[in-house]
This record gives sequence, structure tokens and C-alpha cells, in this order.
Amino acid sequence: MIAVSCVIALGTISLAVLLNLYRLAVGPDVLDRVLALDTLVINAIALIVVIGIWYDTTMYFEAALLFAMVGFLSTVAFCRYLLRGNVIE
Amino acid sequence: MGWFGEVLVSALILIGAFFLFVGSFGLAKLPDMMRRLHAPTKSTTLGIGSMLIASMFYFFFFFGDPSVHELLITLFLFLTAPVSAHMIAKAHILRHQRTRDELSSTGRPVGWATLDSALPRKNPRPRHTATKGQS
Repeated sequence: MIAVSCVIALGTISLAVLLNLYRLAVGPDVLDRVLALDTLVINAIALIVVIGIWYDTTMYFEAALLFAMVGFLSTVAFCRYLLRGNVIE
Repeated sequence: MGWFGEVLVSALILIGAFFLFVGSFGLAKLPDMMRRLHAPTKSTTLGIGSMLIASMFYFFFFFGDPSVHELLITLFLFLTAPVSAHMIAKAHILRHQRTRDELSSTGRPVGWATLDSALPRKNPRPRHTATKGQS
């Protein structure tokens, strides 16, 4: 049952990633694209977690943690760059 | 314990996938930037939290070792999602004049905190105190 729900979750998250990629390509403003990238990172973390359950290994969680940190830092750096013109003043 | 853990983990995985899909669908569907900000930052955070709890229960029920990595990821994501949403909203308000004009008044002598340092003041403070706190 867990395997079946993992497959369903992988399909649903892949659809979500496609919707994010649509917003990333279409988005009228730069901030829409930043928001789409942030959501894309969260979806990637969910994919990593589901694949970790699927393969019965805890090895992928360090990758998920690193993804979370890099995603947050890139979002904040993008916003600071758009607001102030540079990242570190 | 076996079937209970299986049902619990499967339900949590499906709930998490549903909320992740709802967040991304709202990101693609909603018409305005400020309305578009709601869907990913709330629904997606709930979905990823449910997914990480499912993973924690899975490794606790079937392998017997409760792992702490999921708790770390959950804590980090739940701390950083409001911060990044606030940064994006602030950047959106400050970048667009029309959004800035549509803001209602705060009803207090002080204006909006986001705009207070960006717009010229009525009584400007000395320059070194006005820019000291922002780094």
C-alpha cells in the first residue's frame, strides 16, 4: 500500500512541478519567477523524501536538508538583489 | 502495528502530495501576484510537513529507529517559508508604484513599516540614525 501511494504521490508532485515550470516560463514579473523557483525547490524536497521512502534509505535526507537551505538562501538573495541592487552590502 | 502504520504512512503521503499539488495549482492559476503568493507559501508548507511526518513514521514503524533529520528539515522549512514570503511581498510592494498606491491607510500616525524607510519622510531624521538599523 505504501508503494502504491508513493507512485501516486510521485505522479502528483510531477504534475505540480510542471505547473511550477509553467509559471516559471510565463510569469509576467521577475518576482513571479522567484516564487516559482521557491516552490520548485520545495517540490524537489518532497520528491527526494518520497524516493527515500520508496528505496528504504535514509541517505537522501542530507540532500533534502541542503536543498532546503540553498532554496531559502537563493530566494532571500534574489529578493535582496531586486530590492537593493546587490546582495551583500 | 503493521497495518496501522501502513495506513497512517500512506494517508500522510497522499495528503502531502495533495497539498503540494494544490499549492502549485494555485501558483499557476491565481491572477495577481499578491494572491499568487498565498498558495505556495501556505499550502505547500503544509504538504511538505505532512510528507516529512510520513517519512518519520515510516522509518519509526518499519525500521525501529526514529530519525531526527526529518524534524530538522521540518523546523527549517517552517521557519524559513514565512521569511521568504515576507521578502517576496516586500520586494513586490517596493518595486511597483501601483501596488503601493492601492495600500489602505494604517489608521495610525506611523505609515506602513515596509514603506517607511523607502519614501521621503515629513520630518526627516538625521541620516545616520535613519539608516542605522538596516544592513
